[in-house]
Amino acid sequence: ADIISTVEFNHSGELLATGDKGGRVVIFQQEQENKTQSHSRGEYNVYSTFQSHEPEFDYLKSLEIEEKINKIRWLPQKNAAQFLLSTNDKTIKLWKISERDKRPEGYNLKEEDGRYRDPTTVTTLRVPVFRPMDLMVEASPRRIFANAHTYHINSISINSDYETYLSADDLRINLWHLEITDRSFNIVDIKPANMEELTEVITAAEFHPNSCNTFVYSSSKGTIRLCDMRASALCDRHSKLFEEPEDPSNRSFFSEIISSISDVKFSHSGRYMMTRDYLSVKIWDLNMENRPVETYQVHEYLRSKLCSLYENDCIFDKFECCWNGSDRQVYIVMTGSYNNFFRMFDRNTKRDITLEASRENNKPRTVLKPRKVCASGKRKKDEISVDSLDFNKKILHTAWHPKENIIAVATTNNLYIFQDKMN
Amino acid sequence: QEMEDKVISPEKAEEAKLKARYPHLGQKPGGSDFLRKRLQKGQKYFDSGDYNMAKAKMKNKQLPTATPDKTEVTGDHIPTPQDLPQRKPSLVASKLAG
Repeated sequence: ADIISTVEFNHSGELLATGDKGGRVVIFQQEQENKTQSHSRGEYNVYSTFQSHEPEFDYLKSLEIEEKINKIRWLPQKNAAQFLLSTNDKTIKLWKISERDKRPEGYNLKEEDGRYRDPTTVTTLRVPVFRPMDLMVEASPRRIFANAHTYHINSISINSDYETYLSADDLRINLWHLEITDRSFNIVDIKPANMEELTEVITAAEFHPNSCNTFVYSSSKGTIRLCDMRASALCDRHSKLFEEPEDPSNRSFFSEIISSISDVKFSHSGRYMMTRDYLSVKIWDLNMENRPVETYQVHEYLRSKLCSLYENDCIFDKFECCWNGSDRQVYIVMTGSYNNFFRMFDRNTKRDITLEASRENNKPRTVLKPRKVCASGKRKKDEISVDSLDFNKKILHTAWHPKENIIAVATTNNLYIFQDKMN
Repeated sequence: QEMEDKVISPEKAEEAKLKARYPHLGQKPGGSDFLRKRLQKGQKYFDSGDYNMAKAKMKNKQLPTATPDKTEVTGDHIPTPQDLPQRKPSLVASKLAG
């Protein structure tokens, strides 16, 4: 139940939310910058914890509904409170997180502990006054968006209009209004009339960061479709189809499985999008559909291990990817791998690095040492051979602070927060 | 004499390995088997009649807990949704069944 299933910074980066397999959400808050300790901006402390989803059982279909939080998405802050959407396989919830640091004291008819005073002892009128109290952070569910998905929700994405959002399951995508819970519009439906004809499923979906009419969804066959909601109510016909042509002579049993896209993320500008498939990260220019503009190999050495990765189901692991914060000069993409390794690729310098998130190998506040995996042949000192990689230690979820060089990396049970070294 | 050098890609070599172990593996590579397994996640079989009877009888008692090996699902033991073994559609079965 402690397995982290999603990680997400809010729009300012001050808050970091994690969801876990037990349906809980834990929110961390960045420590305010201290004049004397300016290097501690990477410190995050627990701010709020709440149970977002509970396990459910659908008696009619004999289906167990897991409480695992699949995705969390923050709303931009509009007032003192913070709002986030969290979803499990079937239900999306809007949570309000608010602070309470004052409380009324001095009631006319009540004692301080809440007991009512004997009215005959009340001889004067007094008006309650708000006095400071220890900070309390409260989370309350404000909207519950239920019963709209037959299949398992894999993505939620808030539109740039800040009024609507989409939720995607294996075969359908729905559009919701944040204020309305009793109806949603179906905008994509790829369910075939005959389920025997099913060839692909939706794996991820996201709204364009600037165009509120545009969204993309990726498939298990490695394609991405861009849809324009102005074109029709049901966006079954894509406006653009992004697909890299495959060399038919290279095709194997594994080709389709490893081409399945596990995550899709627009760049901050909206000009590019990044996709993650089993072995690589690809950057696509929205203006070019026939191939990605860049491809980065995450762990190519696994290509000669596909048989055993299929047998232990690891080949179906869904890795996410993320862009660095909105620094206009720098373009770095990050994604996870096995053995608690995670990778970063610098699009400008074309350099890449492999780092490890583990307590044994890194003391706090020390600089992370780059790692290297030896694919074959003689293993150099400090290199790790492919066969000694621990495939149970997977980093599926990573997040990058929207403004600073602080990253959050989730191993199975732990959350690591790293910041770039100060000069 | 000319000898053609055939270099097999690592991926194809892995495929050959897999086919050797599971000769009846589906002809359609990565096709509907996986997708259907994915869509069926969470399927458990459960008798709501048994469950509700047990809930009614056990109103004042504690619900029976499953034995560690979870083999007693029906008969002596009243099932609850939590007790049922995870009926994960086994990929091993589908590999052999083809």
